[in-house]
Amino acid sequence: MKMTKFFAWLAIAIGLIYFFVPLLGTFEFSLRMRRGEYSFDAYGSVFSDVQFQQTFGFSILMALFTIAFGMLLVVPTAYWVRLRLPQMRPVVEFVTLMPLVIPAIVIVFGYLRLYNSSSYIPFTGSTFGTNVLLVMSYITLSLPYMYRSVDTAMRTIDVRTLTEAAEILGAKWPTILFRCIFPNVMSGVLSGAFITFAIVMGEFTMAALLNRPAFGPYLQLVGANKAYEPSALAVIAFAMTWLSMGLIQLVSRLSKMAPARRA
Amino acid sequence: MHLASPPVGGEAFFILPKKRYFMATASSSFIDRRTVIDWLGIAPFMIFALMFLIVPTLYLVMGAFFTPDGQFTFKNIADLFTPTILSAYWISIKVSFASSLGGALIGFFLAWAIVLGGLPSWIRSGLLTFSGVASNFAGVPLAFAFIATLGRTGLVTVFLREWFGFNLYSTGFNLLSFVGLTVTYMFFQIPLMVLILTPALDGLKKEWREASEILGASTWQYWRMVAFPILWPSLLGTSLLLFANAFGAIATAYALTGSSLNIVPILLYAQIRGDVLHNPNLGYALALGMIVITGLSNILYIWLRMRAERWQK
Repeated sequence: MKMTKFFAWLAIAIGLIYFFVPLLGTFEFSLRMRRGEYSFDAYGSVFSDVQFQQTFGFSILMALFTIAFGMLLVVPTAYWVRLRLPQMRPVVEFVTLMPLVIPAIVIVFGYLRLYNSSSYIPFTGSTFGTNVLLVMSYITLSLPYMYRSVDTAMRTIDVRTLTEAAEILGAKWPTILFRCIFPNVMSGVLSGAFITFAIVMGEFTMAALLNRPAFGPYLQLVGANKAYEPSALAVIAFAMTWLSMGLIQLVSRLSKMAPARRA
Repeated sequence: MHLASPPVGGEAFFILPKKRYFMATASSSFIDRRTVIDWLGIAPFMIFALMFLIVPTLYLVMGAFFTPDGQFTFKNIADLFTPTILSAYWISIKVSFASSLGGALIGFFLAWAIVLGGLPSWIRSGLLTFSGVASNFAGVPLAFAFIATLGRTGLVTVFLREWFGFNLYSTGFNLLSFVGLTVTYMFFQIPLMVLILTPALDGLKKEWREASEILGASTWQYWRMVAFPILWPSLLGTSLLLFANAFGAIATAYALTGSSLNIVPILLYAQIRGDVLHNPNLGYALALGMIVITGLSNILYIWLRMRAERWQK
């Protein structure tokens, strides 16, 4: 038993070193901009960069669109599959997992060939169209996470009874969906939204190949041209991921405490 | 009279089936309408999946079997077996394999430590939360983190040089290489392994351990003959998932090495950007090769997970 405990601590220690040294290294490096002393100059330089503000804002906007349209697609589908088409569940689940199998670069390669400016649906022919395609590509990328978190939340409520109760009270479909189902799966919607946010903010491949000024390609550009700013950006990105995951934990803990759930 | 009565009976005879027939059509058309509505409900999702996932992928897969003029051919597939492309696949497979193996081993020991190591419970919840974050911390920032740590002026490199007089880079180590990329990829591989394997280890029942001890088995025998045979589908399956995960990743590698390390996703990226292979359909074949490799490892993963779940009921 003593041996077990020793090896367990050893494993944790190795893990701790492997995971914290790079984070520490990044942080230390980001403070080195001023010669001979530590300072937050690199962060100042990052935040005052106009391109940082623009790309960051653009990515946040894209993330919000992705979350809004993604949820409008995923929640009704998950609801409908549970209520009316349980036989389609394996198929829908399989489709939502496909983006984990097909690499992002392959998907975007297909978009570029299929939706170029000389095709029937020329998404990439205009800036607006390309932005739409970018949002669609982000929805595709986050589909596995969104669907899974919404479907898990839907498992804890009795979809059929809720629907019947609402119907008896005279509710129409939009009312059932937006005032009955959505609020009840809010925990799933929120955790799906946060993970989508984390994915979209750091995404590189799609935005770079669709030539949109997003945060990911900007990071790569800074990395290729500057010395200390990349570390500062990595610290910021890590803090953002940490924040998103922390919010997911918070939401799931709050939803566990909420009463009025089927056991 | 004789003629009059049969038509009545005949009519009555006739009406009954007709009525039945009418009712049957009514109910079947009712079912049809309901079915149509049912299917319309998932139509938006299906159209989305077709437009942005399935058709673009199929387009590339089909394109791999045609010449630019539209003639059917296997030449693109055959052309994959040229030295440049083969070496790209080989490096990709090596990096993915090494990082999934390393991730699986270290991830397994970490999961083992928090589940069976008898550690305080806050370590378990702390590690699981951290794993959730770190498995999503990939892409360009991860490359920056490792450059700041193991790069030529990184923290560890400088530390080793100034305190131990040990020059990491004189040993032939280079962050922008196979080893460097593997070490970097493990930063998101290990946490993924921890997240997937912890439930599997939780599923090892205490009774199995006790039963084997009562029967006189040593710890080693317990692991070799009881625990490992139960765990291996999860272990191998998750390793395959990690393999596919590393195989498709591009952002980290691109930010870390630029285009100096010739792995498949970077080659494909260059091909999309500027047709470096001078044959657009060869690019499709390159993409098809990626799909085949990640697809196979995922199919094996699903199959192994089904085997693993037999023990988790």
